[in-house]
Order: sequence, then structure tokens, then C-alpha cells
Amino acid sequence: MASDAPAPGATGRPRLAVYKLASCDGCQLTLLDCEDELLHIADRVHVAHFTEMTSLSDTSEPFDVTLVEGSVTTAEQREHVRHIRASTKLLVTIGACATAGGVQALRNWRDASEMLRVVYARPEYIDALATSTPISDHVKVDFELRGCPIDKRQLLELLTALLTGRKPAIRDESVCMECKRAGNVCVMVARDEPCLGPITHAGCGALCPSYDRGCYGCFGPHEAANARALGTWLREAGAPAAEVKRRLRLFTGWSPAFREESERHDEG
Amino acid sequence: MTRDDAGEVEERTFAVDLLTRVEGEGAFTLKVAGGEVVDARLKIFEAPRFFEAFLRERSMHEVIDVVARICGICPIAYQMSAARALERALGVEPTAPLLALRRLIYCGEWIESHALHVFMLHAPDFLGYPSAVEMAADHRALVERGLRMKKTGNALIELLGGRAIHPVSPRIGGFSKAPSRRRLRELRDDLARSVDEARETVRWAATLDAPSFDVDYTFVSLSGERGYPLESGETILVSGRAPVALDDWGDASPEMQVPHSTALHARLADGTAFLCGPMARLHHHAERLHPAAAEVMAEVGLERSVTNPYRSIVVRAVELVHAFAEALDLVEAYEEPEAPYVDAAPRAAVGCGATEAPRGLLWHRYELDAEGLVRDARIVPPTSQNQARIEEDLVALAPTLLALPHEEATHRCEQLIRAYDPCISCATHFLDLRIEREGV
Repeated sequence: MASDAPAPGATGRPRLAVYKLASCDGCQLTLLDCEDELLHIADRVHVAHFTEMTSLSDTSEPFDVTLVEGSVTTAEQREHVRHIRASTKLLVTIGACATAGGVQALRNWRDASEMLRVVYARPEYIDALATSTPISDHVKVDFELRGCPIDKRQLLELLTALLTGRKPAIRDESVCMECKRAGNVCVMVARDEPCLGPITHAGCGALCPSYDRGCYGCFGPHEAANARALGTWLREAGAPAAEVKRRLRLFTGWSPAFREESERHDEG
Repeated sequence: MTRDDAGEVEERTFAVDLLTRVEGEGAFTLKVAGGEVVDARLKIFEAPRFFEAFLRERSMHEVIDVVARICGICPIAYQMSAARALERALGVEPTAPLLALRRLIYCGEWIESHALHVFMLHAPDFLGYPSAVEMAADHRALVERGLRMKKTGNALIELLGGRAIHPVSPRIGGFSKAPSRRRLRELRDDLARSVDEARETVRWAATLDAPSFDVDYTFVSLSGERGYPLESGETILVSGRAPVALDDWGDASPEMQVPHSTALHARLADGTAFLCGPMARLHHHAERLHPAAAEVMAEVGLERSVTNPYRSIVVRAVELVHAFAEALDLVEAYEEPEAPYVDAAPRAAVGCGATEAPRGLLWHRYELDAEGLVRDARIVPPTSQNQARIEEDLVALAPTLLALPHEEATHRCEQLIRAYDPCISCATHFLDLRIEREGV
């Protein structure tokens, strides 16, 4: 983690870049969804590259902070991410695709040669790797922001912290902690509703339980997640192996903790 | 097709390698030689993500969460089209209050998406800025108005769905939880103010200079049994032709793979390129607009059949008025439903469903097995349908570009593409399905 505020660029303001790889654009849209803050951010930061927002692209000197959404799914993206790393002081990956491979990482469990044969009518037109992987598999990442999509409050906290040179106040705890603070009745205890809250990283504000459904793990595992215990519990509560596997393999299924536990329930 | 023997003819190429202020990654090339277009391509190089492939073997209850991830700008469109298709397969119909809530959350998405497009992506084309941020230096009130409207749309989605991007409450049969009447009514003041701001937006958009350019479009939109087409519809209307039943749309509008795009091109069976989106909806359904939208449309003299794509920004603004005004009516009339959703038992079945995404018709088809697992999925997004039309527009535009300075001509192409509000991430995910069919 960086301890110092990034040195300002030539405009006197820190230079921010936003890039995307394989993704839905939702995480970068989160920045544009900061309706109350956007123009203030633009006053404080020089948005040097962000194709969804601006036709200006100023790549003349390194960026201070670069946000990247999306996973690496093509050879070109693999090169691109190295180039991005070389052109920025701080690299922040945002969202489930960039930090865990995203929903498109479901392809990682499939036989690549079979995929190529079955999936493409004209494979020569397409450039695709057999896997979808997080950016940290390819280059050094300074900070990861979780979620599918990321949370606006966490994004603003991260940008503020980076620009002022302090550590972002983003807690590594489970959704359960947020859920208790929200005063929700536990959906798993009260309604036998399978919930990944105990093993999922906080940040959404315990959204799914607040809307009367179990958490589907879109922020990925928190650091101390005991996925094995939850997997066992779900099985004992009557969920078939295939269902437990499916629930773990969704938007952050390729994260090591969810991946390993899902493979334990892989009965073919 | 490129012709390289044009040694004596003047050849000009207009091209942008990475389109900006659009959703996703694309480029275009327009090559003219001796006054004749030799190449027009909207290139989509966004990496494919193979949604239909990994939807297979997922539970029917997971589909709505998964397809949201196709697009961060219009996740609700994907959720609603999937819900319709799955409900038609399962033979269930949400109750009237739940259908009203669906229209309401969809209004929120139209607002969020249209406000983003009108003010942040498209307005800088007309006013001559690289982005809304630079534009705000001279037009602060305008940009702030756009952001305020966008925020109101997002607030509506957040209340109903939990969050603005990839909401969590929509499900088969309705919602996991319905909002209280009290919470919903807290939005009334913002919505009422926004109706006025949207009217102002129509008046402002109508004053923008649009290059002269008219196209004889084939307009495609959903039928409007429940009002201006949004969250449902039983047939697909095609201007100048017979309507197409929902279940037949996949065959009526076959998709083709082309070398320069990771998205498929859809055309009518006879090869005609068509247009879907705001202009098509207005053409088919002007009389179904909310009176607030119809009034301001008449006030600025906007015709129902807009044939100049550079004026789509005005049509989008009219739809903003409609979405805010209808949302306000729905909030006023809201009664809490007895149950937030209607139960649906799994069964082996096939179902098609379509809704109107902000940028046009979005058609889904699912095949389920007896346990409710997906056997097959097919998704036809608006931008893959508009892609062929965009290329034909570029061809038609070419003669008007030759007298212009190069930069201006290139910008005019870019502005034309942006007028469609292309959603490139959406368009990209659909390679595998059709291809698998061919392989089988």
C-alpha cells in the first residue's frame, strides 16, 4: 500500500486514468454515478484518460492513480495490463472481474479445447484465452476494491484516501457484521435461506439480506473466510452438492477461497 | 470490402480507433474512393464473455442475477427481459401491483441511462466539448441539471432494487421485497421537480443544431399493451410490415457473424437493416406517451417519425419526460402488494420474452428442464440489432462528408454512432449461442 499522496502532475492536480478489460462497465459507471461529487472530483483530479467519459486522452506522462475494471481474457488484454502497470504510480483494480476474474471466469472450469471447438463458428475471428483471470495474476496491484459492482461509498473513500496519502478505511470483515449493524433478522437462521454472508467481504451494506434474500457473494471472500465451514453447514442443512458448488461459483467463484470450497462439492 | 486499385481516384478514410463516450470498446472506419464508399465498418473488439454458455446448467432463479452483469448501464433491462421470458416459460404472471413496480424500476433505468447519454455522452458533441466535465466549465447549470435527473433515476432504482447497478431484488414472479408506500412516497418531490427539468431538457435539445441527414428507417419496437412499451409486450412491430410474434423474433431477425466484430449483426430475414430504440418507439407509440411528454413534444414541434438520427437526443429527452411523469403517477397510485412475488414451480418449458431497454428491443429465450435448470439461452441485445443499421447510415452519410474538413467529417461519423447510444459490452456477449447451434 502506498503511504504517500501521489505527486501531482503537470496540471498541478493528480492525474487519474480509468481503463476497462473484459467487463460490463458497471464499476467505471459507479464513478459517473457519483452525481453529487463528480464535478468536485474533476476539480481536484485531472481525468487524463477515461474513454467512457471523455474524448480527451492525455498519456504524455505517467498517471498518479489508475482504476482498472475487468478481467484478463485475451492475449491483447494481457499485454495491455502490463502497459497500464508501467504507466501509473498506483494501480487500483475495481470490482469482481478485476479482482477475481468475474462471472466470465466460469469458463475456467471448462475444457478449453472443447470450448474452442464447440463455441466458435469462425474461431479465426476471435482472440480469447481459455481463462478469465484477475489483474493481480499478471501485474502488481496496489489496492483492490471489491464488489459486483463496487460500492460508491468505498470508491469515494478510496479516492479520497489515495489523494490525501492516508490508508483507505475499508474494513476487511464479513457481510454478517454489516447485517447485524443493519438490524436484520438472519435469513439463514430464521428462514433457512442459504446465505454467503458469513464468508463474504463487507462493503455492500448487507444488501441482499436487507431485501429478504441470501447473500450471493458478489464481494468475494473476506480474508478470514471459513468457506469450508459454510459449505459443510449448507450441505448439512440439506442443499445438494451441485447447489453448493453453484452458489460458490458465481461472480467471484474464481477467488481462491470460493474456488477451493466449490471444488470440494464437485461431484461431476 | 476494400479496393486497392484506386491509384487515380482520390481516396479518403475517416476513422476513429477507440470510440469515446460510448459504453464499451469499439472503432469505426469509413473509406471513400472516387466519391464511392468502399468500406464502412463499426468494429466491435470488446472481449466476448460467453454468457449463454455459462447460463447453461444454472438454476432458473440465478438467471436474473447473472444476465444483469451483461451491462452495467442497463442491468434492469436484462433482468426484466429474462423475467418475462422465464415467466412465460413457467406460465406465471405477476400481480398488477407487481407489474406496476416493474414499470417503476424500469422507468428508473430509462432515466439513469437517458440522462447519462443526453448530458454526459452526447451533449458534448453538440456543444463542442471533449466531455461533460469541460462542458460544465461553461454550462454548469446544464450539467448539474443532468446529474440531478440521473440521481433521481438512480434513487428510484436503489429504493426498489437495493442498488443502482445490478439491483438485487428483481426475481421471477416479482421482487424479493416490495417497498413500503411511505418510503416510495418520499420520492414524490424529486420526481415532480424532475418532470419540469425533463421538459426543459426537451426545449433545450430541440434548439441543438443537427446536421441535415434523413434515412428511410425500418422501425422496430415492442407492442404497447400496457402503455408506452417498457417492461412487456406480446408482439414486435416492424414499420411497413406485419407484426412478428414474440416467439418468432429469433427466426424473423437472424444474426450473422462478421469478421470485424465480436458482436453478431441482426437483420430482417430479407437482409433489411432496421432501427430499434427511442426513435422506433416514438414512431410506433407516440399516442401512448404520458400527456406531459406529448405536450412538450407538440410544443417544440417534434414529429412522431424522426428520420434524422442526429435528432435522437430530442426523442430521448421526450422519453425522459415520459419516464419521470409515469414514475410519479405510479408512486402516487402505489398500494403495497399482498406478496412481493408470485411463486413459480419449475417445469420443462421454453419461453421468449422481450422488453425495451433504453437503447432498444432486448429479446431473450430460455429452455428449462424439469428441475428448473437452464438447458439453452439466447439473448439478442439492441446494439447488435442496430449495428448493421449504423453501418448503412455511415454509407449514406459519406457523400455529405467529402466537402467537410477531415476532422469535422470524422466527428460527424462519431456523433452519428453516438446518437444510437451503442452499448458495446451488451452487444458482445452473444457469439457462442448461435454458433453452438450451427455446430450441433
